[in-house]
Amino acid sequence: MIKHKIHILVCGGTGCKSSNSDLLVSTLRNELIENGLDKEVQVVLTGCFGFCEQGPIVKVLPDNIFYVGVKPDDAHEIIAEHIIKGRKVQRLLYVDPKTKERIQDAKGMNFYKKQLRIALRNCGFIDPESIDESIARDGYAALAKVLTELTPAETVQIVKQSGLRGRGGGGFSTGLKWEITAKSQADQKYVVCNADEGDPGAFMDRSILEGDPHTVIEAMAINGYCTGADKGLVYIRAEYPLAIERLKIAIKQAREYGLLGQDIFGTGFNFDIDLRYGAGAFVCGEETALIHSMEGERGEPTFKPPFPSEEGYLGKPTNVNNVETYANIPPIILQGAEWFSSIGTEKSKGTKVFALAGKVNNVGLVEVPMGTTLREVIFEIGGGIKGNKKFKAVQTGGPSGGCLTEKHLDIPIDYDNLIACGSMMGSGGMIIVDEDDCMVSMAKYYLDFTVEESCGKCSPCRIGNKRLYEILETITKGKGTVEDLDRLRNLSEVIKDTSLCGLGQTSPNPVLSTLDNFLDEYEAHVKDHKCPAGQCRDLMTYWIEPENCVGCTACARVCPVSAISGERKEVHIIDAALCIKCGACLEKCKFNAVYVS
Amino acid sequence: MTKVKTLADLKKLREELQKKIHVRESGDHPESTVQVKVAMATCGIASGAKDVMVFLMEELEKRGIDSVVTQTGCMGYCYAEPTIEVTLPGHEPLVFGFVDKKKADEIIEKYIKNGELVDGIIPITYQSINENQEEGQQ
Amino acid sequence: MDKINLIIDHKPVQVEPGTSLLKAAQQVGINIPTLCYLHLEDLNIENKPGGCRICVVEVSGRRNLAPSCATVCQEGMVVKTNTMRVLNARRTVMELILSDHPFDCLICAKSGTCDLQKTAQDLGIREIHYKGEQSHYKEDRSPSIIRDMDKCILCRRCEMMCNKFQTVGALWGINRGFTSVVAPAFEQDLVKSTCTYCGQCVAVCPTGALTEVDNTNQIIRALANPKKTVIVQTAPAVRAALGEEFGMEPGSLVTGKMVSALKQLGFDYVFDTDFAADLTIMEEGTELLKRLTNYLNGNKEESLPILTSCCPAWVNFFEEYFPEMKDIPSTARSPQQMFGAIAKTYFADKIGVDRKDLIVASIMPCLAKKYECQREEFKTDGNPDVDYALSTRELAALIKQSNIDFLSLPDADFDKPMGESTGAAVIFGTTGGVIEAAVRTAYEVYTGKTLERISFEELRGMEGIRHATIDFNGLPINIGIAHGLGNARELLESIKAGTCNFHAIEIMACPGGCIGGGGQPLHHGKSGVITARQKAIYQEDLAKPIRKSHENPYIKELYTEFLGEPLSEKSHHLLHTHYFDRSKVKVVIPKTK
Repeated sequence: MIKHKIHILVCGGTGCKSSNSDLLVSTLRNELIENGLDKEVQVVLTGCFGFCEQGPIVKVLPDNIFYVGVKPDDAHEIIAEHIIKGRKVQRLLYVDPKTKERIQDAKGMNFYKKQLRIALRNCGFIDPESIDESIARDGYAALAKVLTELTPAETVQIVKQSGLRGRGGGGFSTGLKWEITAKSQADQKYVVCNADEGDPGAFMDRSILEGDPHTVIEAMAINGYCTGADKGLVYIRAEYPLAIERLKIAIKQAREYGLLGQDIFGTGFNFDIDLRYGAGAFVCGEETALIHSMEGERGEPTFKPPFPSEEGYLGKPTNVNNVETYANIPPIILQGAEWFSSIGTEKSKGTKVFALAGKVNNVGLVEVPMGTTLREVIFEIGGGIKGNKKFKAVQTGGPSGGCLTEKHLDIPIDYDNLIACGSMMGSGGMIIVDEDDCMVSMAKYYLDFTVEESCGKCSPCRIGNKRLYEILETITKGKGTVEDLDRLRNLSEVIKDTSLCGLGQTSPNPVLSTLDNFLDEYEAHVKDHKCPAGQCRDLMTYWIEPENCVGCTACARVCPVSAISGERKEVHIIDAALCIKCGACLEKCKFNAVYVS
Repeated sequence: MTKVKTLADLKKLREELQKKIHVRESGDHPESTVQVKVAMATCGIASGAKDVMVFLMEELEKRGIDSVVTQTGCMGYCYAEPTIEVTLPGHEPLVFGFVDKKKADEIIEKYIKNGELVDGIIPITYQSINENQEEGQQ
Repeated sequence: MDKINLIIDHKPVQVEPGTSLLKAAQQVGINIPTLCYLHLEDLNIENKPGGCRICVVEVSGRRNLAPSCATVCQEGMVVKTNTMRVLNARRTVMELILSDHPFDCLICAKSGTCDLQKTAQDLGIREIHYKGEQSHYKEDRSPSIIRDMDKCILCRRCEMMCNKFQTVGALWGINRGFTSVVAPAFEQDLVKSTCTYCGQCVAVCPTGALTEVDNTNQIIRALANPKKTVIVQTAPAVRAALGEEFGMEPGSLVTGKMVSALKQLGFDYVFDTDFAADLTIMEEGTELLKRLTNYLNGNKEESLPILTSCCPAWVNFFEEYFPEMKDIPSTARSPQQMFGAIAKTYFADKIGVDRKDLIVASIMPCLAKKYECQREEFKTDGNPDVDYALSTRELAALIKQSNIDFLSLPDADFDKPMGESTGAAVIFGTTGGVIEAAVRTAYEVYTGKTLERISFEELRGMEGIRHATIDFNGLPINIGIAHGLGNARELLESIKAGTCNFHAIEIMACPGGCIGGGGQPLHHGKSGVITARQKAIYQEDLAKPIRKSHENPYIKELYTEFLGEPLSEKSHHLLHTHYFDRSKVKVVIPKTK
């Protein structure tokens, strides 16, 4: 057996792959062969490291050196300098945005310091296409344990006692769900993995499937054992080709090793998994809609009860959990419910993966213990706001969540606290907004998403969200009135109160939370017809300061709609009625004569 | 193809496979393992550091010591090459000079296993070494 | 199981387990409005998508309002149906629905019978606070049905009828969000879809989104044309339902008033499709006996069962979905078309009118009849045997337009010769009726004996699929009956699989048969309406002096004077037809859970 002394881990998540990490890997390998080092140094294409901001990421172990933004051309230097001569390639080391220091050791990165990786434990650490590396990291040990040492009921009890709650957004007790499915009587049951991740900006499920597919397979098998199901289905977005590919490889390997199929571990337990592809409808993340979609029917939700645990896929009891939820199961089984429940807050146990996005320095995937504050996540792990701008708000929970402000930054993040603040956990999207962002526009952006993604089944969601969007659009165009704010609120509340499924019941949250926290911005739009963030184009006015204008005609020539008039060497004037606020004149003027307000 | 038919199969397989990625595991948790850094600049290599490094790696594993052996650049003590730096969990790092295989064996047996000090310690604290190194590279 | 106790609007209610809040509230006189919910208990038809959200109520302990149609009563529940929160939510949702609905109530075909209009009135909507963009779709006109999806509120009742009940698969919810609409696949027109024109979508549509093609103006014009002789035939199911359009109770028989009204409208002759129904029995019954005899004599080329062919939606259905079995149904035309063929030959000759100057109108409980009368094979030199097929609702509209006070009309009799019919013809209007009428005649022809007991209770009922064995003097004849195309599909599949031992099968496309047709007065989701009509039909049968088709003296006269005998060459030419393979797409309808 070849034992490599040095391991070079290269991120093979979707993000880093797009920045050519495949070529990087092959170049590294070629360099090693040329130097006769391929027996000593192993290059591993892993899943996502989470530090997507500066991909492709390369980590060298055991030195624990973290290189960022590595290009295929850098391969030679890494091998020649670092591997052969033992000298770190300083220019590729990560630079701390605050201290401007190059970080010599991955342990020194703030990005990782506060993280606790349970669901992501193998992401960026093992080769997701190798079942051996998974097994080396205790893959399938939890399955072995439950099959040989525990009864289904005991296993359910462990999951229940761990306090694990659904990571897909609902936050329902996972153990309780398992218990209900286990207790439902039927000749056939199903285990479904919800991999229909749809929140804008969220990609934790994709990363887990790309980085550690075996953990999901193992957890589904454990669930099958607990509930009495021998059939698993992964409902995955067709837009996740890499995750699908890796999952397929993993399933094939697990079958070859006898870890899926008949008589697993000689215990008589049978379990196998198939894939089902979703066409990217957001609402299919809702479990009843997901099930209908798998049945070949229109992907739209139905009223619960009956819950899928009682009547799901093809009318049979079906346990539906999300990818991240499953990824927590094997560690809980191996390390115990007490270990897991010692992490987190009173009612939210364990960790949560968040996808940091927006105006934050370290965009990426982070996993932190429940109870970590937003400040820690945004300012320590996330490295603060880009360009030294002022933090304004953070949207958690994607389009179903709400925005939280400065005053919420020190609240420990958990399911209940976020709801109490008018937002929600959701699947873990976290979009950071700075002073340049208009909150009305942001609410409008989310409503635009919901209007697109509503399935259209129930009236309040189908029509109500459309009307909400229209009112927001009127406001951002400067045509809103104070009455519109009342209408927004009433409509939002009714949509929440009457919609059929979680999508509609949460879709007005971005409106309500911005109304609550940024009423002044709304009022500025409807009373003064001004956008304080200067983002609403229709509320801007371009004008030329006569003092500064020299009459060079540059602005008039660049204006695409001929809204600027004036003779050469005379002061020019912008016709506000014609102006489309494209900003071309502002860019062109060399004399600081064009102003915008 | 490997068939994992029983729990024992899985355990056996896991033990074998864990060795393959042990380097990664211990590299990821340096604070809980013995860390050995071998200075592998031209001076070190010329004076036989590579042999020492391979010896350390093999012997430490053979003797069942959870450890990470990595290479590093010149430590600045070229007169004493080959040099190695050993960090026991919870201890300050120590630098040993003129390490050949025999010396390496002694370091393993005495210092790493039992914490007994051996000859050849270069009496400079880790802090200043580190600073020197930083400066040297800037 | 123990009964469930709960409180609705401070009233204690006791219900069976599994009862919905909506039904429980009705028990104590609380009518919660709803737009999408539909439950015809007697026919086992239910639509419960929980989509309109009008029926929401407050259930204590729940965070959100609950749809009362889909929420099952639980012990100790405290429910409020009219709090400020509920009323505000309900009104807001209604305003939203109306904000995406055209405001042409005054000229809408459904005005006055529109469930949306009524509910908006009940909720006291006087202003719409949430105006905005409205959905627009192109109008889709088929020979029978008009789809104006601008008026669709996505209650999905039509979709349920089309897929779950009929398994036709023409209408589906497509697109997402605000652009969602119920339409044939790829938003094609109905004519390009698998639609059978059964009209059950129209029968359940709460708004003007689905309506029938209106032929009343053509009739008014024809009646006003002095050069034309205009005759009318009325289907058996019409008389059992027309009264409802004038406020009469379901199940009121209005045969005499209907004939009076038609005469007052100016039709030159008021005839009865029942006459043609008797004729159908002569032809179809003889065909049955012929095929049965061949089969019993061991003729390998003869296959049974024979299937009835009176129902045009059913004919469309098997031409679409079971073209490989198109030789199994009887070749007999439907009564409407037999009537037209005889009217434009035998009767036209009799009164000396050229067929081009003879307009044949029919009043039908059915929308597929509009399509049927336009089929090429039912035309001579481009002139159709039946010119216009009007629904029961259109007849009511004609009567109202012509200032006729229907309720005060005296009874009148049909004209001779084609207005004379038997009790056997009347029961054509209900499921089980055609086959019962056929048995009455076939039995006597086959055995040479007189029937002791004319009513065959074993063939009657509302079960979707029924079967009975009739003793033909020692020969057991197995009969199958299905109403609803989904049930028909089940029987056809069993024939295909060879697991069916029926000699004859009657199939009607609509729930309850023609009495529940797509052209009948709207039942507005009220259970029992169709069952009441069925009672009326059997009542009319009982009252008839002659109850067997072959005893109709005018049918006998028709054969003596004109046709010769059943299945004669002339009969074949005028009264029989052939079927086509019209399969468009092979859609697999998912089995409903």
